Amino acid sequence: MGVGITVEHLNAFYGKTQALFEINLNVVANHATALIGPSGCGKSTFIRCLNRMHETIPEARVEGSVRIGDFSVYNGTSATQLRRRVGMVFQKPNPFPTMSIYDNVASGLKLNGFRGRKQLDEIVQKSLQNAALWDEVKDILHKKSGASISGGQQQRLCIARALAVQPEVLLMDEPCSALDPISTGKIEELIFQLKEQYTIVIVTHNMQQAARVAEFTGFFLLGKMIEFDKTEKVFTNPTDKRTEDYVTGRFG
Amino acid sequence: MRTRFQQQMEELREKLLRMGGLAEQAVDRACQAYSDRDLARCQMVLENESLINAAEREIDELAFDVLATQQPAAIDLRFILAVTKINSDLERVGDQAVNIAERVMDLIELPAVELPVDIPRMSTAVSAMVRRALESFVEGKAELAQAVLEMDHVVDRMRDEAFISLVRKMNESPQVTQQALDALLVARNLERVADHATNISEDVIFWVRGFDVRHHAQELAAAEERGQRSAPPQR
Repeated sequence: MGVGITVEHLNAFYGKTQALFEINLNVVANHATALIGPSGCGKSTFIRCLNRMHETIPEARVEGSVRIGDFSVYNGTSATQLRRRVGMVFQKPNPFPTMSIYDNVASGLKLNGFRGRKQLDEIVQKSLQNAALWDEVKDILHKKSGASISGGQQQRLCIARALAVQPEVLLMDEPCSALDPISTGKIEELIFQLKEQYTIVIVTHNMQQAARVAEFTGFFLLGKMIEFDKTEKVFTNPTDKRTEDYVTGRFG
Repeated sequence: MRTRFQQQMEELREKLLRMGGLAEQAVDRACQAYSDRDLARCQMVLENESLINAAEREIDELAFDVLATQQPAAIDLRFILAVTKINSDLERVGDQAVNIAERVMDLIELPAVELPVDIPRMSTAVSAMVRRALESFVEGKAELAQAVLEMDHVVDRMRDEAFISLVRKMNESPQVTQQALDALLVARNLERVADHATNISEDVIFWVRGFDVRHHAQELAAAEERGQRSAPPQR
């Protein structure tokens, strides 16, 4: 099951440049939360702070507290331990190109030392089913590589790979921006189903997508979270004028 | 800035205002025809109904197009929803004007009699409501729309008074029953126009302030007290 995320006084920096300012947010367990805002507003930085992906950038640092369920992200937990609980899906599908579809899904478990062929088979099947991909690839699991299937299928494969390690939270950074409308529809349908089991945080530039899949929406601007509310409120009657200007396209 | 979108929104606003003008004119003409027993004016109301109906279809098509292609949100989404509802109300205002004109045509056929009802006074009040409701739309001012809601009670009272006095007249002088009945129906048609003006005002408040005041005006007052914003939308 998914767990809630509590963010308190989060500030993020790249060297001397501050990218996030005093973010406070409660992400509700087993719901989808969308983060919207113009390019460079800090939403991707924010999502990356939730599983410490920002640490891959030199001189990046954070202040403040992030708790995922009952453990602290920045207090003694290793990044590997953390990422087992917090899966991530990126803008561009990034399956391991030389691995088979099966091995792509099993990779996380194998890296964690998981053995036992029968159980592995079961987890791969379940993960692919949960990612709504099983029916399309069940006959080519070992025959085809992760890079040989369509873009939409690759993205769902990446979701299956993230689900295989049984995370509690799934972070999605513009997961549909490289996909056609049909594949986008499938991913959105998937998000809808997945939130029964996982807590989902999705960054998107597509405001209609945020409106369709998320119960809560946060609007970021210049590194600050301007408004956070129920999605229907943000898109029909936002409180802050800046949010209204953004969602109505008057921005800039 | 989405230029094409803003142009379409402006086009919607202008088309709706033109339609509002037609509907308002139809009611005024029908009431004038009542006062003057003017058959020609009645004919004009009947002929112009097709213009109002065509305007309704045109506005609906444009609103549908904008919804499908521009995916508006927040105040823009509320504006388009309000426009489609106001459009429907204005078309019905036109229908009421036609009903009044038909009653007047009936009355013209009958001997003129003195009736205990002040239709011109009622029509002045109703026309003011329609005009102010449209003004509140033009200016995006919820305060103006709120004032229209308060006027509705006055027209309701006029309709009730007309009903009582005309029924009494029918009992006292059965030979004028047909004329009294026609006048009663005109009063009822005018009261319906006032209801449409009320609906239009409620839609303007929804567009500007983002909350629904239908059937619970008291909540509007409570929201005002809580200090929710009431500034006109920036277009």
